[in-house]
Amino acid sequence: MSNLLSGAKILLNCLAAENVDCIFGYPGGVTLPLYDAMYDDPVKHILVRHEQNAAFAAQGYARATGKVGVCCATSGPGATNLVTGLVDAMMDSIPIVALTGQVSSKLMGSDAFQEADTFGITRSATKHNFLVKNIAELPQVIHEAFYIAASGRPGPVLVDVTKDAFQGQAHYTPVKEIHLPGYRVFTEGHGGQIRRAAQMMWEAERPYIYAGGGIIAANASDELRALTEALDAPAVCTLMGLGALPAEHRNFISMPGMHGSYAANMGMSHADLLIALGVRFDDRVTGRLAAFAPHAKVIHVDIDPAEVGKNRQPDLPIVGNVKRVLPKLVAELEGLAPSMKAKNAGSRAAWWKQIRAWKEEHPLTAETSPNEIKPQHLMAEIDRLSGGRAIVASDVGQHQMWAAQLIRFNEPRLWINSGGLGSMGFGLPAAIGAQFARPDKLVFAIVGDGGFQMSIPELATIVNHSLPIKIVVMNNGYLGMVRQWQELFYNNRLSEVTLSSFPDVEKLAGAYGFKGRTVDSVKEMPDALRAAVNEPGPYLLNVKVTPFENVYPMVPAGGAINEMVLRPPQPVEV
Amino acid sequence: MQQIVSLLMENKPGALMRVTGLFSQRGYNIESLTVSRTLDPTLSRMTITVDVEQNVRAQVIKQMNKLINVLQAADVTDGPAVNRELVLVRVRINQQTRTAVLKEAEIFGARVVDSTTEGFCLEATGDPEKLDEFIDVMRSYGEIEATRSGIVSVSLDNKKLRLSPPVPRGAAPEEVLELQGAE
Repeated sequence: MSNLLSGAKILLNCLAAENVDCIFGYPGGVTLPLYDAMYDDPVKHILVRHEQNAAFAAQGYARATGKVGVCCATSGPGATNLVTGLVDAMMDSIPIVALTGQVSSKLMGSDAFQEADTFGITRSATKHNFLVKNIAELPQVIHEAFYIAASGRPGPVLVDVTKDAFQGQAHYTPVKEIHLPGYRVFTEGHGGQIRRAAQMMWEAERPYIYAGGGIIAANASDELRALTEALDAPAVCTLMGLGALPAEHRNFISMPGMHGSYAANMGMSHADLLIALGVRFDDRVTGRLAAFAPHAKVIHVDIDPAEVGKNRQPDLPIVGNVKRVLPKLVAELEGLAPSMKAKNAGSRAAWWKQIRAWKEEHPLTAETSPNEIKPQHLMAEIDRLSGGRAIVASDVGQHQMWAAQLIRFNEPRLWINSGGLGSMGFGLPAAIGAQFARPDKLVFAIVGDGGFQMSIPELATIVNHSLPIKIVVMNNGYLGMVRQWQELFYNNRLSEVTLSSFPDVEKLAGAYGFKGRTVDSVKEMPDALRAAVNEPGPYLLNVKVTPFENVYPMVPAGGAINEMVLRPPQPVEV
Repeated sequence: MQQIVSLLMENKPGALMRVTGLFSQRGYNIESLTVSRTLDPTLSRMTITVDVEQNVRAQVIKQMNKLINVLQAADVTDGPAVNRELVLVRVRINQQTRTAVLKEAEIFGARVVDSTTEGFCLEATGDPEKLDEFIDVMRSYGEIEATRSGIVSVSLDNKKLRLSPPVPRGAAPEEVLELQGAE
């Protein structure tokens, strides 16, 4: 019986078969057998300082590579701490597998020590979840979990494993096939619909490409570029889709939506054909849905049938993987080009002229001031150092919006942020995951002074692994985005948004054994940033920016996206 | 409006939780739900009556079909389908009205399943509207207690199941273009 293995060892064999090279996790009572097996397993385990950050780091890894990120936590509090990271991955369709320990099957239901109903709690936080009480099921379940997480519309999958399943012994037979009869993935797109879509594109006078996170998830940037160029249509990328089309591509406008550019939103509002690719018509993009793209017919391509028609009923739905559908669309477009391309060429030229005029009318530019560091100025400097090539992991809030507006991403998987759930505390751990995935890349963690204080424990993780992450705290002393809404919509009653007692970062970083600095002079800021980037190890740069700066343009909640507030209210003379 | 959904799913732990959880998560109100094993003991058939706006009906089906363990979710509201419900009614009556109650029960095709000096327990099946009437009639005779099963439905459609075939581990899923297999 030499090939009898423990459940824990079998699990690690399955992870190896899935090419998992690192796990972000935190051990505990019921995962002791697993961590014991890990002791002499080649897989790299990264000990984070809070389970929530294990899930965020696994996401950072997955977002930076497209591979499945893996996180691990013990039962009870370990598992419940993962939940925010799971919901976050669910909202942004990020493939991660979470492994949690569960109390022994005999104890389940007895309110045992560190028992929580992880399976029940994470039902709505995951694409699918499993509870394994029997060691015999373990290999099949682990591989099914990876398969479900990575395929179709990606998402988080949790596998809850009881302690006795870890401890039991069984013969390990590698899993050869996956059989999930009810799991249907639509990839190809309907041929007739694709032909009609190409027809509609040439017939349009004001076509407009609205591309989102689905392009990134499908690794379909080249295909998007080919379509954009074949049609020569203006294109916007959503917050989740930044980098899907290179920021410097001549057809790229910017991000649309609540804090999108004037040109991007005006384009949406005036287009006569919206080509929606891997997007979900999120409220932060559409504003008031009834007033969104009122003149446009909509072609919606998405891999998830439930997204098609959920918020906006498309005139032409195509359910399929953009990676497969877009080349077919391009082929159809090229086939029709000789007879149709010239038809509306005049109108399309006028459309481009209009778009350029909107861009010039209200460009997204980074204001600077000789006396203080404007947050936009900070983003522009980071952009200059990045050159469209660095990984930028962002937290949630004003800095996230400024970064999205002003930092160029010339490749997919560089911009890493919590889009759908908007989880504060995401940026720093996500940067850790991204840096593990891409050790070759310059990684910025751009965080606010609020979110940073949710992530401080992970400075230890960064130091432990000598990760050369450049942490830039955009410090305005406030929970800026909440304050912005209080200023605009709650009569400037600033309730609980002041963040006083921010630590001295030089001492803080010093306490962890690396370099930190606070910069509040606009003259020194560019050099300080450059010094941080040139530092071989991690660096914590605290940048004191203009406290009362707000993000514009802004579409007030419930407004139509062409009803943008372009700049702060000007003082009224009395 | 009332939508009737017929759901075929793998009989796995947590299956019911996934369905009911999805309904509450998306804000759909369940009016009734029945679930039982099919001829194939690894599968369960659910009939769910849900109160939704007309324009959300397609979304309900799509969301159900997204559940990994669901083999098929179908909207059987507008048929072709047979929808039936069962009700057990206890009615407390006096000696004078016993015969009348039995006569009424016969009209509705109800059976007496228990009889005491206090009254009857009656069992009736039919479409839900007919059962509403039956309950109203029984109420006119005396104090009643009624337990309804919720609708069970069988589709008369010949639509075949579309199931995903096994794929080698490490391969990507393939779109199932052909109909295969049946319950």
